[in-house]
Amino acid sequence: MNTAAFQFRDAALAALPSGALHWPAMGLLVVSDLHFGKSARLSAVGGAALPPYETRETLLRLEADLAATGADRVICLGDSFDAAGIDVALPEDDRLWILRLQAGRDWTWIEGNHDPGPVSLGGTHLAELAIGSLIFRHIATPGPVGEVSGHYHPKARLRLRGRVISRPCFLVDERRLILPAYGAYTGGLRCDHAALAGLMAPDARAILTGPTPVTIPMSRSA
Amino acid sequence: MARVPAAPYLGGMTQLPASLQTWFDSRGWQIHPHQQAMLDRASDACLMLVAPTGGGKTLAGFLPTLAELADAPRTGLHTLYISPLKALATDIRRNLLIPIEEAGLPIRVEDRTGDTPSSRKRRQRADPPQILLTTPESLALLTSYEDAPRMFEGLQRVIVDEIHALAESKRGDQLMLALARLQTMCPNLRRVGLSATVEDPPAVARLLARHPDPCKILMADPGPEPDISMLQTDEAPPWSGGGAAYAIPAVLEQVRQHRTTLIFHNTRAQAEIFFHNLWLANEDALPIGIHHGSLDRAQREKVEAAMVRGDLRAIVCTGSLDLGIDWGDVDLVIQIGAPKNVKRLVQRIGRANHRYNAPSKALLVPANRFEVVECVAALQAVQERELDGEPRGPGPRDVLCQHILIAACAGPFDADALFEEMTSAGAYAGLAREDFDACLNFCATGGYALRAYDRWQRLLQRPDGLWQLRDPRSAARIRMNIGTIQDTDTLKVRWRGRGGQTLGEIEEGFAASLTKGDTFLIGGQIVRYEGLREMVVEVTRDAAKKPKIATFMGTKFATSTQLSQRILRMFDAGDWSALPGHTAQWLTLQQEVSQLPQPGRLLIESFPHDGREQLVVYGFAGRNAMQTLGLLLTKRMEEEGLAPMGFVASDYAVLIWGLDAVINPAPLFDLDRLEDGLEGWLQGNAVMKRTFRASATIAGLIERNTAGARKSGRQATMSSDILYDTLVKYDPGHLLLDITREEAMRGLVDFARIREMCDRIGDRIDLVRLKRVSPLSAPLFLEPGRVPINGSADERLLEEEVTRLLDESGLARLGETSAKVAASG
Repeated sequence: MNTAAFQFRDAALAALPSGALHWPAMGLLVVSDLHFGKSARLSAVGGAALPPYETRETLLRLEADLAATGADRVICLGDSFDAAGIDVALPEDDRLWILRLQAGRDWTWIEGNHDPGPVSLGGTHLAELAIGSLIFRHIATPGPVGEVSGHYHPKARLRLRGRVISRPCFLVDERRLILPAYGAYTGGLRCDHAALAGLMAPDARAILTGPTPVTIPMSRSA
Repeated sequence: MARVPAAPYLGGMTQLPASLQTWFDSRGWQIHPHQQAMLDRASDACLMLVAPTGGGKTLAGFLPTLAELADAPRTGLHTLYISPLKALATDIRRNLLIPIEEAGLPIRVEDRTGDTPSSRKRRQRADPPQILLTTPESLALLTSYEDAPRMFEGLQRVIVDEIHALAESKRGDQLMLALARLQTMCPNLRRVGLSATVEDPPAVARLLARHPDPCKILMADPGPEPDISMLQTDEAPPWSGGGAAYAIPAVLEQVRQHRTTLIFHNTRAQAEIFFHNLWLANEDALPIGIHHGSLDRAQREKVEAAMVRGDLRAIVCTGSLDLGIDWGDVDLVIQIGAPKNVKRLVQRIGRANHRYNAPSKALLVPANRFEVVECVAALQAVQERELDGEPRGPGPRDVLCQHILIAACAGPFDADALFEEMTSAGAYAGLAREDFDACLNFCATGGYALRAYDRWQRLLQRPDGLWQLRDPRSAARIRMNIGTIQDTDTLKVRWRGRGGQTLGEIEEGFAASLTKGDTFLIGGQIVRYEGLREMVVEVTRDAAKKPKIATFMGTKFATSTQLSQRILRMFDAGDWSALPGHTAQWLTLQQEVSQLPQPGRLLIESFPHDGREQLVVYGFAGRNAMQTLGLLLTKRMEEEGLAPMGFVASDYAVLIWGLDAVINPAPLFDLDRLEDGLEGWLQGNAVMKRTFRASATIAGLIERNTAGARKSGRQATMSSDILYDTLVKYDPGHLLLDITREEAMRGLVDFARIREMCDRIGDRIDLVRLKRVSPLSAPLFLEPGRVPINGSADERLLEEEVTRLLDESGLARLGETSAKVAASG
């Protein structure tokens, strides 16, 4: 697997092609915005018709990343479930799959805006979690140091000889790291959007997901 | 209508009722032989008339109805007339009212299309007129109502106008299924088809007739030979380009010399640009209008009215004026750009001189040098009366699925009876019961992968064995999505400000490419893009002289393998005497810098252009074969690491662009390796996804219209792509994937045929490496229908861009590197 290694505060981290964050020294894998159960919820409210396989798609990738990194500690960085209570409504197969992945691992569900409150599945449920000099929470806060968050689903767009390529991306500067959405069919917010441009320092970089994650300066104009 | 005395009246034939005969006499007209023949055979169960435009074809279709209703006046629907165009229905109504009013016949004629107000539509269902004029889509909708049997009670005749045009599309398949429905309700219904000249009338007749009934074909006198030639200009056409701007002075001169000229274009964008340029050069301020399908209805109607009054000297138009609309005294037709198929050309020429025995006059204006060659080949084909056309395969199953849902809207149905009814439609005569059952099952459940979703669980089988809608309320949703026309999604364009007037429509993709301040042409005016509001493009006036060019498209064309073979023969014979000097010189230049394609060999050119490497393969085998070749070659190029980025096919060649030059073509044509992994390559290709979207929409899997707002096209594409990927992964045997494969193959040819071609060519492949675009390849760069390939080129372009960005920003010095993480645990 091709990964992009980078330094954030005193931690040596790696961005994975799938959008997961790996911290080898801690045996930690961080994934954000899984949005399990999205298609079921959308279908129930008569929204866009998505096939009911996105939870499995996401689990398949997560399983592969866990196997490749050997991580024994997992943080799901919020919005792991598309709506509160949907964890109990997941098909039994999917619930069992999640339990299987949790077995033998230290598993933390960080609270997100879509999924406040405890989860019926195993693991710890927290608003935020500090490890070493880093703090993990769902939504970025003003003026933090060493904060790792998700929520915005950042995406970068590049124009390459007449072809436009759009990829989910990590955003990172001296104080802050924002993860891309890990879940299938989760859309995204372009990183030149004011909400993201306002959060990140002028020298922020974007790490694009894809077969070979690459680092570029974060774009601030379309 | 017959303005000229025709054959003498012979005894023993069906007489016109006195009132109609008096009307004919009062005009000094006599009935045409083919009109008489239609009267004589009025009781035939199925009848098709083939007549040139202007031959009084429509009146011939209606005469038996007028005669029957004059002899025995009655209420209730007697004749249903179906045309492919709304405008045609309106036009026919106007023309039909003349004999009805002047002969004092007790007949009500009304039209019913998507534009008809709903109050009138309701009244028509309760109290139908004797003659109803409508379109295939409106008819399908009518058959979906529970009260359809009552409305169609007593229906005697159905007239399908321009059946040659419908026979080529899914609209025709839908229509024939609807006719099968009508026939069940009205067993004695008689069918009449009116067709322009086609290459194979029995094939069209087989679609029209109830299978396996026979259908009598009446051939009208084809009339005099058309007077058709290439426009002579002082200036030579360019190598490439589609605007024909060079011909503006010569075209204006022709407009001056004629009473009314129709100027046809192959695309809407070209029509707009030409119209704009024509006005810049129109020093005499001749009244010239523009008419195409993207313009607002009100604006189109204004032009139509002005044309009927004879106020216009010329109309710049596209296919929207193509189908036999009878307006004013057109005495010249000009075709800008090569006619891509000969049949279409002949039908267009029918516009000029709507008098039966006067020759039609037409001028061809090639837009570039290659089109000169095409025009000459087309002229030869017309002289030899060689019309082209592709045979159509069996009836498409996505239309079948839609029709099953329509049937369910009308009420509970018996599967056996519906199967029998559907197989009475010619295109579905060979439908296997198991295929029908698969379609029924799909309509009922959505298929295995989607069984968990209520929205696709639409039918249920009752204890008595009949099928019905699971939820009667879903009928409204199904009705909203009736139809088979897959228009590119368009957005309305409107002047900014409260109650701004609507100017027309542009493609959503084009609108998305606009940024505030961009200018484009619409309705012959240059407008400035201001923004998008509630799915409407808002524009303001702009004084600019040169717009950013509109890319919204016109019609896509049926292909013509015959024309490309003719051209190849012309090259081979080395006889260019039929070509103008400038074009002969251009071919000589091609011979000098490269080669001319030859039968039995395969010419390939390779050159850099536009920052990419280009590969042109001159197969001369028709667009479908070239499209297939494009798919196969890009697969092999991807495997060889040549990073292809996309391709586009024309009737003559396929152009492939990518990051690396092809130096050695032999491995690309390696027969054994062409087929390896082909299925997977095809599945991931944009051609398949595009086809899936169309078929899934027709079959009712994806809804284009919902009760709320229309989905934006991009949104729809998004979920259709996800659906496609999911089905490929979790339910590869799903009916819709099967249909997608079948439908995609209509636009492709058998791989077997490409393999044969490769076999035949063997090693007689000539690769010519050039420094720049060759004369012959230049027109390919403007060909529409580009297919992107998203493979290794994306990653390499990304890498390139990253290096550039890093160098620019100095980030490279930060010493960050990509690392390999070994798999563990």
